[in-house]
Amino acid sequence: MASRKTQPPNRDSKDKYSVLLPTYNERENLPLIVWLLVKYFGESDHDYEIIIIDDGSPDGTQEVAEQLQKIYGKDKILLRPRAKKLGLGTAYIHGMKHATGNFIIIMDADLSHHPKFIPQFIEKQKEGDYDLVSGTRYKGTGGVYGWDLRRKLISRGANFLTQVLLRPGASDLTGSFRLYKKKVLESLVERCVSKGYVFQMEMIVRARQLSYTVGEVPISFVDRVYGESKLGGNEIVSFVKGLLTLFATT
Amino acid sequence: MHHKFDVNILRRAEVAFERRSFIKKNPSGAFSTMTKLMQWLFGVSLLATAWAVVTFDLFGLSFPPEYREVAWPMPVYLLVSFGCFSLATVGYRVATFNDCDEAARELQDQIKEAKEDLRKKGLKL
Repeated sequence: MASRKTQPPNRDSKDKYSVLLPTYNERENLPLIVWLLVKYFGESDHDYEIIIIDDGSPDGTQEVAEQLQKIYGKDKILLRPRAKKLGLGTAYIHGMKHATGNFIIIMDADLSHHPKFIPQFIEKQKEGDYDLVSGTRYKGTGGVYGWDLRRKLISRGANFLTQVLLRPGASDLTGSFRLYKKKVLESLVERCVSKGYVFQMEMIVRARQLSYTVGEVPISFVDRVYGESKLGGNEIVSFVKGLLTLFATT
Repeated sequence: MHHKFDVNILRRAEVAFERRSFIKKNPSGAFSTMTKLMQWLFGVSLLATAWAVVTFDLFGLSFPPEYREVAWPMPVYLLVSFGCFSLATVGYRVATFNDCDEAARELQDQIKEAKEDLRKKGLKL
């Protein structure tokens, strides 16, 4: 009996999503994040690839990545390792060089960002043809898990200061779970000079400067690194320095 | 090192040129091409000038005394109001910061499922 094959709607579009995963010592988390990515991309039936950029992790992350490549295929898992720990901006540039997607998704590989939001990012992007879609912890159903009062206070306080000084038109500037059009990411990375948290902030500020449109999707940020004080005095000082630099130069 | 120095100068000249051409075409867009610092300084000097004109009766425009009485403490009023607004806003936002307990539980479950599935597919840790 002749059966009429109907194309699943998402496969009709020629869009392909390249996920950039910079890793350093993520031996345990890498298989889990890849499994989740494969699950949610599979369910939403979008074309994708996962690019793992490992900075010479001493814990064997690269070996795990190679195993994953055998399991899921070389067309879905791409390895772009580097010799040592270099900056995030250069990791994106390095990862994009061989990306075959027209959209790039950046996220953390430590499971604080959950791939279940990616289909929502994609839908949001199509909604308004946004140049970039940013995951926000501060609006709507967005939130965090595992943060004490001190951390929440510092986070909201810093975000408030950023809103007042930079008026960026986006609620979460230090977040690193985003979807970019490939051309947009390329043009932004070459213009940004900051490091760390401030790099992510600068990306959005420059995007606004260049009149790119920014969409937002609420996300949940699950912090599993207990006990490790990621917000010490040094981090706060360098954040303020970076913020003031952006204030004075953009 | 030397090369980077030249590149920065070129970049700044490029930005300045783009800015000037943009302002020539859209004079009203001059404000948006300033850095945030410049925008703040511009705004603050406008307000400061208006305040000084009224408070110290510059230009000999004799304002009624009520205007001067109101204008004089304005800077302090505005700063204090802004301070209170900031505290209230940040306080509210911290209090309503969503806690994603369910997301954490879901993640734990999915991690178990993933480990099992990957083991079956041949992953060796």
